[in-house]
Amino acid sequence: MLYAAIATRAFRRYATYRSATLAGIFTNSVFGVIYSFAYLALWAQDPDAGGYDAVDAVTFVWLTQGLLMTVAIWGGGTTDDLAERIRSGDVAIDLYRPVGLIRWYLAADLGRSAYHLLTRGLAPTLVGMLLFDLRLPDSPVAALVFAVSLPLAVTVSFAIRFLVACTAFWLLDATGPRVLSAALAMFFSGTTLPLVLFPGSLGTLANALPWSAIIQVPNDLWLGTHTGRDALAALGFQLLWIVVLLGCCSLVMRAATRKVVVQGG
Amino acid sequence: MTAYGDITWLWVRAAWVYPGSFVMLVVGSMLINGLDFVGLWIMFANIDHLGGFGLREVALLYGASGIGIGIADTLIGSVERIGTYVRTGRLDQMLTKPVPLLVQVCADQFTLRRLGRITQAAVVFAWAAPVVDWTLLRVLVAVVMMASATVIFFALFVGFSCIQFWTTDASEFANGFTYGGNTVTQYPLTVFPREVLVSLTFVLPIAFVNWYPCLYLLGRDDPFGMPAWLQFCSPVAAVVSMALALLAWRTGVRHYTSTGS
Amino acid sequence: MADSLIEVRDLERTFTVRRRTGGLRRRATTVHAVHDLSFDVPAGEMVGYIGPNGAGKSTTVKMLTGILVPTGGHLRVGGLEPAVQRTELARRIGVVFGQRTTLWWDLPLRDSFELLRKIYRIPEPTFRANLDRFVELLDLGDLLYTPVRQLSLGQRMRGDITAALLHDPEILYLDEPTIGLDVISKGRLREFLRALNAENGTTLMLTTHDLQDIEALCDRVIVIDHGTTVFDGPLAELHRQGGSTRTLVVDLVDEAEPISVPGAEVRRVEGPRQWLAFPADASAAPIVSAVAASYDVADLSIQEPDIEEVIRELYARG
Repeated sequence: MLYAAIATRAFRRYATYRSATLAGIFTNSVFGVIYSFAYLALWAQDPDAGGYDAVDAVTFVWLTQGLLMTVAIWGGGTTDDLAERIRSGDVAIDLYRPVGLIRWYLAADLGRSAYHLLTRGLAPTLVGMLLFDLRLPDSPVAALVFAVSLPLAVTVSFAIRFLVACTAFWLLDATGPRVLSAALAMFFSGTTLPLVLFPGSLGTLANALPWSAIIQVPNDLWLGTHTGRDALAALGFQLLWIVVLLGCCSLVMRAATRKVVVQGG
Repeated sequence: MTAYGDITWLWVRAAWVYPGSFVMLVVGSMLINGLDFVGLWIMFANIDHLGGFGLREVALLYGASGIGIGIADTLIGSVERIGTYVRTGRLDQMLTKPVPLLVQVCADQFTLRRLGRITQAAVVFAWAAPVVDWTLLRVLVAVVMMASATVIFFALFVGFSCIQFWTTDASEFANGFTYGGNTVTQYPLTVFPREVLVSLTFVLPIAFVNWYPCLYLLGRDDPFGMPAWLQFCSPVAAVVSMALALLAWRTGVRHYTSTGS
Repeated sequence: MADSLIEVRDLERTFTVRRRTGGLRRRATTVHAVHDLSFDVPAGEMVGYIGPNGAGKSTTVKMLTGILVPTGGHLRVGGLEPAVQRTELARRIGVVFGQRTTLWWDLPLRDSFELLRKIYRIPEPTFRANLDRFVELLDLGDLLYTPVRQLSLGQRMRGDITAALLHDPEILYLDEPTIGLDVISKGRLREFLRALNAENGTTLMLTTHDLQDIEALCDRVIVIDHGTTVFDGPLAELHRQGGSTRTLVVDLVDEAEPISVPGAEVRRVEGPRQWLAFPADASAAPIVSAVAASYDVADLSIQEPDIEEVIRELYARG
């Protein structure tokens, strides 16, 4: 199947950067250690902060370090290629391919994320387990639900990054929007701090925004914060944002295609 | 040094050709760091003290470290990309120019984008300043602390980027020490085990970025029982780390010119 | 030879290459990129430095410019030891790296030149005079305010050459300067380099695959293979040693048997057109008159020898 081929190719491409991967795993682990101690200090003061216990909090840290590259929280991934192709005008070629452009890049991004999950997702998590007491999913069902939520998280993140890359159609250079978007993603996904600690309406808002579907939701599924019907609702939340965001992507692409066709790039 | 000034000034002027994109980057980096501090603030919505330090005290540490890494990150220019320069042959071109390589690399692609980070850190520091009972000596220690922090971070950036002379695509390795060092120093070191503090004092001088001098500014006894004179040792740590970084750089360049790869 | 600008004696450069030999095991092998290399270049000469890919050309140039430390032998450029006195040497040489631009990609050409003025601390009057001169000779006037990334390959090469010359270097190293350029641009560039050599006395060292560059510019050719010189001398001598031939192309009025004249032999016949080969160092005149005396000739032309073939011949022997 075509999309599987695209994904495999993306996987292989990222697999060529071996020392970069090792360096990244090292860095993720350093940050994991730092945040673990900081959170342990916090939970020492308030052992029940945000409904997590200290083990939950440290597990959250390492899961987050493992997911950062998988979901490409800072941007990067195949959407950067897209932004570059828009800037150089090569995107016109993509537009004339018989395959949907969004599906094409999504398949490639899923291939990339699979590689990053197996390396920069797995390795820091193992390091975390060696150094700290971490929680494992309570049941095979919880593990399965977590596994299902990962590609959904990548897709939500992809859709947002795709929209950011598309700003290049109008701005030419998407670096500025990319940085702004990364800032929001870090904060509202739970990377900066678990969203469960966000007070009052800020917490409600953060949990409703799409970024929470990228880190906070999968982490909570692992920790067993959502079980049974709640777990399904969490997956539904991710799906809802996927539908909305991919819808926006295709609207934007339609406008962009018109622009490229009318102005010749 | 005049070459550094001249070259960087030209890059600054060139960046102004696209003011929109420049402004967006500055605002973006301010936002990233602003939200980062909001994260710290939210932590304190749940607790009063972290490792025995209040919000303003932590903010003092946070601001000092942020100013240091912000300025250092500005001054190093393209050092983090040295591996790419090796791969593309740009380093060879620089080696045929009559200006020390490190100066050229630091001046290349110089950008004031980090102004956002420096501003944010300065605002946090200023907000935290009332927690200090200021004396003339404390002002002096604060100024020396920021200069030392800048030099230490500069040395970490340069020193650990040198690994790229051996493995060109391992640029992220240095991040563990530079941005990692920045993150460690955003918290009071009391949240870490004693071993961490000892390593950050004697192995990597990261504790001198802000921890020791801030203990003096805050008039606190050392929670780990380390000697009080360490609180004045930041400049020493800065000079030593700079010397080691320059040595690493020389070794890296020598390795490059003797293997050509 | 004490007054040589470039002195190379028994130069050596080895590399350790690690090859994967199945699985994780690696075997280190030593490769001699440059081996027992010797030559001298006096000031003001234009030298072609040629050889097949991997012969050691760029390794040599890297050592000459101080980027790479030799593993053995003696090397002096302008009295300096390149790898040790690299910065000092840098003020006296100019380097153009072929396909890789030394210019600053994002900056307009003019700003790149301005940066170089500062890097080399070129006095303002010298800078202005040089810039004006090169801008005129290389026709860069309209391009000065264009960012480098928007320039065409040929425009960029002209920019690069200007950039390498602003500080009046004694030696100019050129690596594939005409690669990718159209015929007119190539011609203009060669003309410019000849004028530069004549007027400023700039020593030129040219590594190239384009043998027309050498024919047009270089009095002397050094051919290198497997890291060592296989030929060093004037172009004519290379032709002689390589047994190179010129070709007389004869268009007869009617088709005919292969022409038979002394001192030349027919290589090819195609209808009324015939190709006659004769030694490159022989005069064409007696052959032309011999042909004209015995045949009805419609047209005549002479093709210069193909150096590529000559060098192939040399390699075959060396």
